[in-house]
Amino acid sequence: MRPHISGGATHAQDRPATAADDDGTPHGASTDRHGHRHHDDGGEIALRFTNASVRRGERTIWSNGNLSIAAGSITAIVGTNGAGKTTMMKAELGLLPLASGSLTVLGGKPGSMNHAIGYVPQNYTNDIDSNITAGQAVLLGLTGMRFGIHPVTRRQRARVREAMRFVGVEDKADRRLSELSGGLRQRVAIAQALVGGPRLLMLDEPLANLDLASQRETVHVLARLNHEMGMTIQVVAHDLNMLLPILDGAVYLIDGHPHYARMNEVLDADLLTHLYGTTVQVVTTPQGDMFVTPSPDEPAAVRPDTHCPAEVAQFHHHRHAEANAASAPQDASATDGRHQKRSEERR
Amino acid sequence: MNAWNTFFEPQWRSILTAPFMLNAFLAGLCIALAAGVMGYFTIARHSTFAAHALAHIGLPGATGAVLLGLPVSLGLGVFALGGALVIGALGKRASQREIATGTVLAFATGLGLFFARMSSSAAQQMQSILFGSILTITTGQVVGFAVFDALLLAVLAVVYRPMLFSSLDEQVAQAKGVPIGLMNVLFMAIMAGVITIAVPAVGTLLIFALVVTPAATANILAGSPFASMVLASAVCLVSIWGGLVLSAMFAAPPSFIIVTISTLFWAAAKAVEALRSR
Repeated sequence: MRPHISGGATHAQDRPATAADDDGTPHGASTDRHGHRHHDDGGEIALRFTNASVRRGERTIWSNGNLSIAAGSITAIVGTNGAGKTTMMKAELGLLPLASGSLTVLGGKPGSMNHAIGYVPQNYTNDIDSNITAGQAVLLGLTGMRFGIHPVTRRQRARVREAMRFVGVEDKADRRLSELSGGLRQRVAIAQALVGGPRLLMLDEPLANLDLASQRETVHVLARLNHEMGMTIQVVAHDLNMLLPILDGAVYLIDGHPHYARMNEVLDADLLTHLYGTTVQVVTTPQGDMFVTPSPDEPAAVRPDTHCPAEVAQFHHHRHAEANAASAPQDASATDGRHQKRSEERR
Repeated sequence: MNAWNTFFEPQWRSILTAPFMLNAFLAGLCIALAAGVMGYFTIARHSTFAAHALAHIGLPGATGAVLLGLPVSLGLGVFALGGALVIGALGKRASQREIATGTVLAFATGLGLFFARMSSSAAQQMQSILFGSILTITTGQVVGFAVFDALLLAVLAVVYRPMLFSSLDEQVAQAKGVPIGLMNVLFMAIMAGVITIAVPAVGTLLIFALVVTPAATANILAGSPFASMVLASAVCLVSIWGGLVLSAMFAAPPSFIIVTISTLFWAAAKAVEALRSR
């Protein structure tokens, strides 16, 4: 009973008419009807988790991470608060060591390839107590890690201008960062991450606290980075709807384990309901698929496709027994207990 | 008219040419340079309260040194540096922990008073440690200040960009390979040095007006971090030198006038900012 599920998002407006595939596409890559770069199994892998787990203190945040993410893809990292989305990015950046297993990022150990990674943390540049201008902030993405006395070269200035032009803030270069709107600051932050010419761009909640227009602009920038530069992009997000048109897949953190799914698999009311811990339905609109949380005042015409969490828990099979025995018995059982409790409340 | 005569000093020109005044002017120049440059980072790193607290952590060191017959600056410097290293090692977020910092600040001030009461000479020096005595700065101190400034500028020239980057956002800087722990410790250690040379001018209580207020003024008016540091140093210099001249002309302590000028600049900049945003 999944009448509303179609094969992925069908937005077209954010894409160029011709899918750019001639700019150094890695071998094994192909482009689907949306212009997305897809990679068959022989394609280049940007990130590969093998039996990975992460701990903070005594608590296992997540474990049993076995997934790989193709180069040139756009992937969301989704999950409830505290599921370990930001933790996953920190592990990928080598800022947090794995408790077990292994992780390969752009072919190297976490942290070893950070020069090829652009990182935009959550709420970046929201709390600026300095008169730094947007242009100077972007320049730091290029020169900020260099000790010693280095005059800024013409080439560096040109790269800053280019990055700012790409995200559409070139006219704001001399404005103070603290005086720009949240949406513009977000784009300056992306420009700072871009200016070093990364192969992988990681953004933590880039759409949080932005108005709809700014969210659209940011999504558009990400889509262009992927199409025109072949950049691999990872986005931590609470709300997937805005990102649906550009996503190739998602890593969803559920029950203490990360999983990867292609977009058509993620866009599943059962999975989403389980993932968010609240009833979620998928609806098809003229703009593409989206998912919503039905409220009591839902119009009668809408036929929701929902399941309660207790039902959904049956859909989601995992090697819990092994995981429990191997790494975190208390954690896994606690998570199961929570789901049990939620479903009881719902009844 | 009589009251005016006791307030106004007609011989002020001859006071200004006295040798101790030369030392005070030179010391003012050194202090302005150091405070202006570091003030910018103090604000950018959200560490103004931690910087203020360092001066107070230095107080028991200063009065303790007097008690032991050691130089005031030595005791002050050692205690401020100790506090700086602890705060720096705890990380940038620690310097924003206002309650813990404030508690340590209060305790240190109390301890400073306790040490001061244990000897009469320390009690005598207490006021100049708290409120400064720029007119008693010796030639040896001025030389020490100049050496510190040269060192400060040399170190900052090397770490300028990573320091600025880590002030903007530690996570991004860390991901890009900036050693943020080292940046924290270095910043706080330099701050302890700045405080050690600035306390003789305005004292531990008024140090905020020399380190933070001019930098805040400059942040409003200047268009780049570097311009901000230059302007903050200039504001700081005008405050100190203006304070020296006016305190020679009028019967008012230099510290009071220095702090007043610094505050007036800040108030004027705030007014400009308010007008600009209208």
